[in-house]
Amino acid sequence: MLGRSANHLYWMSRYIERAENTARILEISQRMALLPHVAKKGASEWQAVLEIAGDAADFEARYGEVTAAKVTAYLTLDRENPSSIWSTIRAARENAHAERVSITSEMWESLNATWLEVKDLTPDMLGKHGQRDFFDWIKERSHLFRGITFGTMLRDEAYHFGRLGTFVERADNVARILDVKYHVLLPSVEDVGGAIDNFQWGALLRSVSGFRAYHRVYHDTIEPSRVTELLILNDSMPRSLHACLDNTVSLLAMLSEGRPNEAARLAGEVHASLHYGKISDIFKTGLHEFLTIFIRRNNALSAEIQNSFHLAA
Amino acid sequence: MASALANLRANRQAGNSLAAASPVSSPVGAMPVVKAAPAKAAKAKPAKASAAKPAAKVPASPRKSAVAFDEMTAFAGAGPVTPEKVREVYKTFAAWQATVPAKEFERKRKEAELLFRRLGITFLVYGKESSTERLIPFDVIPRIFTAEEWQHIHAGCTQRVRAINAFLGDIYHGQDILRAGRIPAEDILTNSQYRPEMQGLDVQNGTYVHIAGLDLVRTGERDFYVLEDNLRTPSGVSYMLENRNVMMRLFPDLFSAHKVAPVDHYPAHLMQALRAVAPDGKPNPTVVLLSPGAYNSAYFEHVFLADQMGIDVVEGQDLFVKNGCVFMRTTKGPQQVDVIYRRVDDDYLDPLAFHRDSMLGVPGLLAAYRAGNVTLANAIGTGVADDKSMYVHVPEMIRFYLGEEPILQNVPTYVLREDDDRAYVLDNLDKLVVKEVHGSGGYGMLVGPAATTKERQAFAKRIIANPGNYIAQPTLSLSTCPTFVAKGIAPRHVDFRPFVISGKTQTLVPGGLTRVALIKGSLVVNSSQGGGTKDTWILEA
Amino acid sequence: MKLAIQHTTLYRYDAPVNYTIQYLRLSPRSSASQRVLRWKVETPGEVIEMTDAFGNILNVLVVDEPHQEIAIRVTGEVETTDMAGVVGNENETLPPGVFLRRSHLTEGGDAVEDMISPLRKLIAKDRLEGLHSLLGTVSGAVAYRQGETDAATTAADALAQGSGVCQDQAHVFVAASRALGVPARYVSGYLHVGLGASDNASHAWAEAWVDALGWVGFDITNGISPTDQHLRLAVGLDYLSCAPVRGVRRGGGSEALDVTVQVNQGSLAVMPMALLSPDSGQAQQ
Repeated sequence: MLGRSANHLYWMSRYIERAENTARILEISQRMALLPHVAKKGASEWQAVLEIAGDAADFEARYGEVTAAKVTAYLTLDRENPSSIWSTIRAARENAHAERVSITSEMWESLNATWLEVKDLTPDMLGKHGQRDFFDWIKERSHLFRGITFGTMLRDEAYHFGRLGTFVERADNVARILDVKYHVLLPSVEDVGGAIDNFQWGALLRSVSGFRAYHRVYHDTIEPSRVTELLILNDSMPRSLHACLDNTVSLLAMLSEGRPNEAARLAGEVHASLHYGKISDIFKTGLHEFLTIFIRRNNALSAEIQNSFHLAA
Repeated sequence: MASALANLRANRQAGNSLAAASPVSSPVGAMPVVKAAPAKAAKAKPAKASAAKPAAKVPASPRKSAVAFDEMTAFAGAGPVTPEKVREVYKTFAAWQATVPAKEFERKRKEAELLFRRLGITFLVYGKESSTERLIPFDVIPRIFTAEEWQHIHAGCTQRVRAINAFLGDIYHGQDILRAGRIPAEDILTNSQYRPEMQGLDVQNGTYVHIAGLDLVRTGERDFYVLEDNLRTPSGVSYMLENRNVMMRLFPDLFSAHKVAPVDHYPAHLMQALRAVAPDGKPNPTVVLLSPGAYNSAYFEHVFLADQMGIDVVEGQDLFVKNGCVFMRTTKGPQQVDVIYRRVDDDYLDPLAFHRDSMLGVPGLLAAYRAGNVTLANAIGTGVADDKSMYVHVPEMIRFYLGEEPILQNVPTYVLREDDDRAYVLDNLDKLVVKEVHGSGGYGMLVGPAATTKERQAFAKRIIANPGNYIAQPTLSLSTCPTFVAKGIAPRHVDFRPFVISGKTQTLVPGGLTRVALIKGSLVVNSSQGGGTKDTWILEA
Repeated sequence: MKLAIQHTTLYRYDAPVNYTIQYLRLSPRSSASQRVLRWKVETPGEVIEMTDAFGNILNVLVVDEPHQEIAIRVTGEVETTDMAGVVGNENETLPPGVFLRRSHLTEGGDAVEDMISPLRKLIAKDRLEGLHSLLGTVSGAVAYRQGETDAATTAADALAQGSGVCQDQAHVFVAASRALGVPARYVSGYLHVGLGASDNASHAWAEAWVDALGWVGFDITNGISPTDQHLRLAVGLDYLSCAPVRGVRRGGGSEALDVTVQVNQGSLAVMPMALLSPDSGQAQQ
């Protein structure tokens, strides 16, 4: 298929996944902000959210002071912020629009319908109480789109490039969500293991649909090292980094058709570190350091995918 | 910590960008058609007539402009539609319509709109600052032709396109028609649409215009006129196909009550024609559709047709030239392209040969084309035959190349470069439509009867400053067709664009695009100016 | 006269270029006034040779591996004959009327109209005489001065400022001739100016159509019809349509261009090596 077409599908999926994960990040942040402890500390959590999911300098120039309401507005419906949910849905739809030939009409209709609903939304319409509904709705539309893709699309290159985008983006986003908790909401020493810490890890699990999974796997109280193990190393957890890389590696193998390329090699290397990694080693290195390196390598992998498969002219 | 976060931020990939491309091909949203107010007076022809000029006669309706021909009731005029007024071809429809409440039409109209919107069948309208995506209004009442009417149209369009292909082959080779003095050589050789690059070049099967869209209007039972030949990158065929789909979904009963000839095989015909013109008759050619991109107003159509034909939609950036051949960039590396169904205008095809700033084309494409390693459909340089100043010569082409009399008539046309014509036109601006020779989409023209004195005076100045840039035609009394509007069903003016595919022979699928001026009394059917579309039914005999 | 030509064009890019394509019109055809004895165009990448719309030899150069430099070396020998500028009809595929077409670079505007109105009568009576008179008019109207115009300057611009290089003078002549109803075309080529001269070796002039003679050349810069010092490389509607090098590349950042042209009398083999050094001549582009 055309390199440019593959690129559109790859980014279509990435943007949808990004919209979903931005909704998840906002959801967890709002949940955490409900705690009295956090409220006391002021706006630094929102500063962190901003830096992880947006562009702090752009925000400062246009919004000024960092508040929950402003950051939420910036990351949901801000039309000038390329990372807002509004913009990422639009970008996903534009990529899909350019590839009407490669996707099914059901996929197009679903994504286009999502866009038509999001297009004219205003912060007023979202309101204070509508935000959670909106986040749920965005997640639902993302699930729906993936489901339609799974159920209607020919298993050809176009499908595989779309899937590739999903997993590359998801790996990036999950790593960022983990980093929010670990570094930004780092509790003071006396809080570790306390009620608030426990609540935060629980919220984090919920934000990646991992709360119930955690209990299924560990049958025990929430422990930071186990949460991170679940989200980084457990390959049965669909949003874990390991699961993302499992998929990425097998997709690249299919797309390469036996021709060796740098993207497949790099993915294999990252995969190995997760497949054979130990959570105790990760903590020894430092979780934040591990995540920072992971995000960097994941970005390098994305660039190499675009290179190896001639996605960009 | 802040710097580590900033680092993360910086690493986040900004994502891709869909670069905007400027619009170049003639979009369905701006199809070059002019309909003006009803004919007023017979064209008083100036004494001197040039050789190529059609006979001076106004194509007025037999009833002398009192009322336009109506597709359903002929010349019955206003007033309630009684069964005896209804033409035979509309009888089944009229009986059905009488049983359907207006509410139902409104419901169907809304349903159709929803369908179109969900399918993303939109076009772009260009404003000063930005462009917006819009639906072309769809009218749920079909325009119906009899088999005999279609035969007439079919024969006329086929004849015209045959003559035009012969003409292009001639002017790009021996130029017999110029040497015979039938058309002034200077009109051709200095025409911006004549391409010296094509001189002496042989094209596959001698076909230049693989796809033509002819704009026809009707003024009476047997009176069809060709208003314009669209021979470059004509658009609108996707609406013919989608309108049919939607109508079948909305009105299955009405369909089963008629024997409507199918149109769905258009993409198959087109694909067959494109495959047949591959260089050296290559057996399994790679065919692609070259589009200016997602920001082109006709992009939906490009994608739609490519989808139906199972080929890739490519943009200039997807193609490159090497070894004198054209290749596309695929995920598995370069793949050679044999036939390009291009929806990009000549000027933008190769920045090394034409507009040098164009990002829409493929550098080196002209070289590959001239080397015979790739076929372009339509060929380069077809625009010289559909230029409005060349339009007046088409009947002469039919006589010269085919030795036949034209089946479809031309609208009498004044060429303002000529002194007599210009003098007449300047004296009668209030009765005429003046068009720019290279204009399209209803822009840059004067509809005399609808214009103010001031507008006419201003336009007269432009004509005098550059007379060669204009032609004028009498206003035509376009036929009307029942149309569902706010007040219910009422007659509105329509035109018709059938599509001619040229391979070894000419083929037309039985149908075309009917455009309708939704505003009462308006004769402007352009979608960019408030026009809509209808499904067109050809009844089988 | 036997002329030896060495023409080097060197592009350097400050970042790797992934793909380059160039249309090269750097090879002369033999005609009444010139016989090509030897000619060689050396380039990187692959080259396809074909004929363009105006009958020129066109080399299509493609380099599709990462590169940071493109060097095009032209060497050749041509025997020229002084035909007093008469080129005649060289088996043209295009009728002369094509060269009445408008082009962007030869848009002359009202200034051209004003300039030619005194010549109309003469042109109608004796076309050749009229064209020679036009030659004088244009040399007077556009003085030869370097550095005041560029490759995008139109005939109207050059006329308005009253100066330009040979390219601009040729454009004005072509615009004026066409406005007078006489087909005219742009010629790119080389000029032999003798040892020690510091003038341009790359040159441009015009040709106009005279029914009895065919194409006749007019070198506005030197106020003469071309002689055996002139070597025709390519013809076209204007500079752009027959430019020696016209190309597009992907990537590469900014570029540096270095062109050297040497036109000498005699054969290449006997030329002193000193003349081959790249900085001994300056080209117009």
